[in-house]
Amino acid sequence: MKPLVQVQDVGMRFDTKKGSFIALRDVNLDISEGEVVTLIGHSGCGKSTLLNLIAGLTLPTDGGLICNGREISGPGPERGVVFQNHSLLPWLSCFDNVMLAVERVFGAKEGKAKLKARTTAALEMVHMEHAMNKFPHEVSGGMKQRVGIARAFAMEPKILLMDEPFGALDALTRASLQDELIGVMGKTGATVVMVTHDVDEAVLLSDRVVMMTNGPAATIGEILEVRLEKPRNRLRLAHDPQFAEYRASILEFLYQKQLKHAA
Amino acid sequence: MTTASMSISSIPDAAPEKTAASSREKTVEAAVESIAANDASVAPAARIVRARLRDGFSVFVRAVLPPAIGLALLVGIWAIVSMKTPGFPSPLKTWQAAVIIFSDPFYVNGPNDQGIGWNIMSSLKRVLVGFGYAAAVGIPLGFAIGRFKFLSAMIEPIISLLRPVSPLAWLPIGLLVFKRADPAATWTIFICSIWPMIINTAVGVQRVPQDYMNVARVLNLSEMKILTKILFPAVLPYMLTGIRLSIGTAWLVIVAAEMLTGGVGIGFWVWDEWNNLKVEHIVIAIFVIGIVGLLLEMLLIQIARRFSYEHS
Repeated sequence: MKPLVQVQDVGMRFDTKKGSFIALRDVNLDISEGEVVTLIGHSGCGKSTLLNLIAGLTLPTDGGLICNGREISGPGPERGVVFQNHSLLPWLSCFDNVMLAVERVFGAKEGKAKLKARTTAALEMVHMEHAMNKFPHEVSGGMKQRVGIARAFAMEPKILLMDEPFGALDALTRASLQDELIGVMGKTGATVVMVTHDVDEAVLLSDRVVMMTNGPAATIGEILEVRLEKPRNRLRLAHDPQFAEYRASILEFLYQKQLKHAA
Repeated sequence: MTTASMSISSIPDAAPEKTAASSREKTVEAAVESIAANDASVAPAARIVRARLRDGFSVFVRAVLPPAIGLALLVGIWAIVSMKTPGFPSPLKTWQAAVIIFSDPFYVNGPNDQGIGWNIMSSLKRVLVGFGYAAAVGIPLGFAIGRFKFLSAMIEPIISLLRPVSPLAWLPIGLLVFKRADPAATWTIFICSIWPMIINTAVGVQRVPQDYMNVARVLNLSEMKILTKILFPAVLPYMLTGIRLSIGTAWLVIVAAEMLTGGVGIGFWVWDEWNNLKVEHIVIAIFVIGIVGLLLEMLLIQIARRFSYEHS
């Protein structure tokens, strides 16, 4: 099968006041349709940079990225993004925030009623139908992120890019949103690339865990295939020896091979 | 037994009427009192009402007393100064003159002798017209400068050069170009109110959080949608600050401009009363200018509050 996203020899150099800074080098990664890939690594390892490159928010200084057979030259609606800080527009209600995205993608060929139905469906999928007409500041952090996820899913993107989507949430809310995400991914069969620094989250959600070496000039260190049966259940997996093994091998990579001394 | 049940049921009823912290204190106080009331066999409802009245009174005292003392002090100093300075009107004399002036604020005795109401109105009209032109030019210009680096680099030096110039220095240019006093005064207002609006709007556009612009880029919004759904709402609070500063400056400048151009207006009235040596009228004018400025400011703060959103 032809991969949906191909990252080919990608390097990223930033020009700073102190001279040029190489964030990424020689990154090669293929992502197939329906696959869930997490990027994990210590902070500053360029995992968000890689995600932004796939999103098209920044362009690589070396190499190239291909999505759906075309070179990525900027952001596009076939690549939905969930931002770490949800990035909902504070002057629009939850509904209107999602509607803005829906209108952009489907507005040209569908009527108002259909667009509204799509928006409602997306919010129902993340169980936010009760707070649709509230403004972002009126709902909790977890609920905001649900709306952010709904916005990205509502665009029916080919691939969903998530930059530490649950990083700013408390552990319990995070767990419930992970379960939510497992449900949504199961239903839609979405292709997902997700940045995380949570080892459990990586194993729980993904088909492959991409472990990145420390920056500067970070690159892919190891790739772990997670062959756990889907749909996954966090309680069952808690006692699963295979789960523990996957977990251990990521921890080993992060804290033995790539130990960061200046933490 | 009946009094006890009454007092319990009356406490939750009392709570929602008042706000937050103080209401909690009050219900606690009321509860304590109602417990005491059971022994004293006094109707607890009456107690609660009395306690609430007392609370209301203390809030009133705390809100009103300090400003009242401040004002009394001002009037006191004024009275002392007026006793020592010949020709300076006392508060009482000024008050009496004010009563006469405000008993007929809208009389017209020819172009140079009109009621204070007309004078205020024509000053306000000049401010609003000049400000309106400034908003029509300054806000779009501010958006353009904020959005496009080239424009900002092009226009910023001009702004830096012209902004510190006293608006009154522009008055002769206005007189030369427009040949009449009235548009020249409006022109002066235009010049002084345009800078805060350009600068604040431009800063607002530049400070739109990158997250929102990333949303716009990811959703691939059209420039029109970016303007209406992201830039405009994000910049609105900055713009309103610009408007508030502009109107404030315009109200400062109009008095001076009218002193020079004449006609009808509060500034001209001050100058006219100086020529008539009616100093008490000048003092009245100072109060009137202050109060109108204060009202304008309060109005604009209300509007700004209506349109501010919570970042979350």
